[in-house]
Amino acid sequence: MAPLLDVTNLVTEFATRDGLLRAVDGVSLSVARGEVLGLVGESGSGKSVTGFSILGLVDPPGRIASGSVVFDGQELIGLPENRLRQLRGRRIAMVFQDPMMTLNPVLSIETQMVEAVLAHQNASKAAARERALEMLGRVGIASPASRLAQYPHQFSGGMRQRVAIAIALINRPDLVIADEPTTALDVTVQGQILFEMQKLVRESGSALIWITHDLAVIAGLADRVAVMYAGRIVEQGAAAEVLELPAHPYTRGLLDSVPANNATSRRLKQIPGMTPSLLRLAPGCAFRERCERAAERCIDMPELKLHGARHVRCHFPLVSA
Amino acid sequence: MSTMEIPLSPALPQQAKGESRFLRFAREFAASHIAVFGLAMLAVVIVVALAAPWIAPQNPYDLGKLDLLDARLPPGEKAGSGNMTYLLGTDGQGRDMLSAIMYGLRVSLMVGVASGAIALTLGAALGVLAAYLGGRFEQVLMRIVDIQLGFPAILVALILLAVLGKGVDKIIIALVTVQWAYYARTARSAALVERNKDYIEAARGLGLSARRIVLRHLLPNSLPPLIVVATVQVAHAIALEATLSFLGLGLPATEPSLGLLIANGYEYMLSGKYWISVYPGVALLATILAINLVGDQLRDVLNPRLAR
Repeated sequence: MAPLLDVTNLVTEFATRDGLLRAVDGVSLSVARGEVLGLVGESGSGKSVTGFSILGLVDPPGRIASGSVVFDGQELIGLPENRLRQLRGRRIAMVFQDPMMTLNPVLSIETQMVEAVLAHQNASKAAARERALEMLGRVGIASPASRLAQYPHQFSGGMRQRVAIAIALINRPDLVIADEPTTALDVTVQGQILFEMQKLVRESGSALIWITHDLAVIAGLADRVAVMYAGRIVEQGAAAEVLELPAHPYTRGLLDSVPANNATSRRLKQIPGMTPSLLRLAPGCAFRERCERAAERCIDMPELKLHGARHVRCHFPLVSA
Repeated sequence: MSTMEIPLSPALPQQAKGESRFLRFAREFAASHIAVFGLAMLAVVIVVALAAPWIAPQNPYDLGKLDLLDARLPPGEKAGSGNMTYLLGTDGQGRDMLSAIMYGLRVSLMVGVASGAIALTLGAALGVLAAYLGGRFEQVLMRIVDIQLGFPAILVALILLAVLGKGVDKIIIALVTVQWAYYARTARSAALVERNKDYIEAARGLGLSARRIVLRHLLPNSLPPLIVVATVQVAHAIALEATLSFLGLGLPATEPSLGLLIANGYEYMLSGKYWISVYPGVALLATILAINLVGDQLRDVLNPRLAR
């Protein structure tokens, strides 16, 4: 089966005062229906920009410089804005990071949900309201009928994120891009929302791209994982395999930085140094200055090569194929 | 049938909460006694202005009713005909000052509010659009605003009125011209802040139309600072209109506003007939003061940065 979304060599650049910043540099990934792809990386690794680029929501000074995004057989790059607008919210939906900010404070939940339905479907207001009620119930909001008339400030953070998810899923999208939607929430609430989200995606057969820096979330949720560093994918493969035995030194470093993986209370292992500035990226492997295994060869940019069942961008992978 | 009474409690707290939002606003506003005083004063001014034709002792525009023999009577004098008392005296044409002030207040408030409303609509629309569209439209518009605000308001209004001539419509045009830029600048900065919030991005992610995003999402959220600017600017508009009328450039002499009344009494000031200028002046002062007091408190209440 052809994947639902196929991104090839996507390059997104931002014209800044200090020069051209390549936030996404040749990213290729794909998701099939019913599949959950985890997109992992530190802040500034380009994972969010990748999500925005797929939706065509990159604002000037940013622009998609090259590459292709094929969604359900249709090329999205270069598609006119009004065609893209018909896809957004209808077939591709996005859930944002901060639940406190993603709902309009001056409109009731009902208005915002009905608006989302009517933007794409030729339905009556009553039918749209029915749909909103149903979605609120499905994301686990108690007494949806009375909650519908309320305003965002009357909801807690976790409830708001449920509402945001309900709005994103209200038109039964084929693809959901979730940009760290649980980062701002309590761990318990996070668990519930992850569970709901996974259930909803599996039930409807949608594809899900989950953007996060939290490896624990990926381990519990994703089928496949793509690890990003400095705008490039450094490792991509089945989540279980990549998280169990990482092949790229950066993935290894990320895993070592998670406290739970470090049972004996020794000092946590850290990745030395800082995320490099994308403006002054030295040639070759972007990770080499922080890498224990770096050698002379790393001056040449390694390709993202098939390595066993996964793809790795490293001259010296940690696992043999 | 023995149906159980199902308590409607889930709906009730929500309503109480919705109400408490307004109540909270009212309570915060009422925290300042001066602001409440200003609001009361403003209410009196508005009621007097609206009800002037019914409560004024005389119709000051009906020249046939005026008696030149009653000209320049001091406050408290009886009319020559004996059927009324001039509580605030009369002016050079024998017009009852109290009635003239009530009608003048009407004109001043009408001009101030109308020009404020038009300038707000125009300025807010342009400012929010500039923030949303960005690019060249924003650049050009904001440079026009800069140029506009670089000239003194009174100078621009004087030149415009010299070209356009007299009349209520003309003075409103002049006031809108000098004031829209304030609204546009405020609206743009407020909308720029809102525009970068996630809910606008989310609305775009939902595939809503640009028109809907601007009108339903961006504009209502950019409104609070505009309301504050509007109260201050309405007061400015009234003062500016009074100034222009005082200089003889604003409204026609047949329908005197407060500024024109002050100007009419100016020539008698040094001969001790203070009331012709002073009482309209007091009315003007009270109006502007009341609006500013209310505006100040609104600014404090609506400002999220001040700890409350």
